[in-house]
Amino acid sequence: MDASYINPFMTSIQNVFSTMFQLPVEIGEPHIKADRKASHDVSGIIGVSGEMVGTIVLSMPMPVSEAIVHLFTGMDIKSDSDDFADAIGELVNMISGNAKAEFQRKGVFISCPSVIIGDGHRVATNTDTPCVCIPCYTDCGEVALEISLRATTQVSSTHSSAA
Amino acid sequence: MRILLIDDSKTMRNIQKSVLNQLGFLELEEACDGQDALDKISEFKPELCLVDWNMPVMDGLTFVKSFRETDKTTPLIMVTTESEKARVIEAIKAGVNNYVVKPFTPDLLSERISETLAKCNA
Repeated sequence: MDASYINPFMTSIQNVFSTMFQLPVEIGEPHIKADRKASHDVSGIIGVSGEMVGTIVLSMPMPVSEAIVHLFTGMDIKSDSDDFADAIGELVNMISGNAKAEFQRKGVFISCPSVIIGDGHRVATNTDTPCVCIPCYTDCGEVALEISLRATTQVSSTHSSAA
Repeated sequence: MRILLIDDSKTMRNIQKSVLNQLGFLELEEACDGQDALDKISEFKPELCLVDWNMPVMDGLTFVKSFRETDKTTPLIMVTTESEKARVIEAIKAGVNNYVVKPFTPDLLSERISETLAKCNA
């Protein structure tokens, strides 16, 4: 996977966490994941389509996700509540949307988010595309951004509508 | 002032509500997508709408185009993660009056709301 796809996500998670709830993020060393098992037990997932395809996953251990949702919403929300999934989904949506703006390609679209909660779950994605895990360290604990993206076209200046 | 918040994320609507309450706006209605917003407009009669772009059922751009067919004046502010210049231009062409990129600070959102209302009331 092109390394230039990864950098926008590092700045984006720092921007989203610091702007929305003043939580600094220290970025660790990105590495290619050996399997598709989610890094942690809460995953916010965004699908990417158009001139790039793949998935963006924000994966967090449950206690870390609860702490982050508390900071984000200002409320104690149980993980089995729809509001918990909504908050995780909105976070991965903002991270993905911000990073997408940095790509050279204009016709890249992101899906509405999905959230999966459960120990040891696996995110089934295209196995032809490697998945890069970016470890991110915060005062709430470690989270992981897992990026699996590939281009479907050469860079162009065509403008398209968002879905 | 009656303000309609259109976003599929309840978390985001709550954040916007909190900012608007602090600004003294208390008459708020919520819609979870563009179609839900269109369904609520005739009864609620909003004087300002905050609209997300990417939503299920009906996205924000489709809502703006549809809303502007009958209402040319009510201010619309797009609040979205879509930050590419081409998208901003597309939204403005469709009829939004201002644009806020997520993530935003409460100060930025309140500044854009005040700016939009001042322009539209000038």
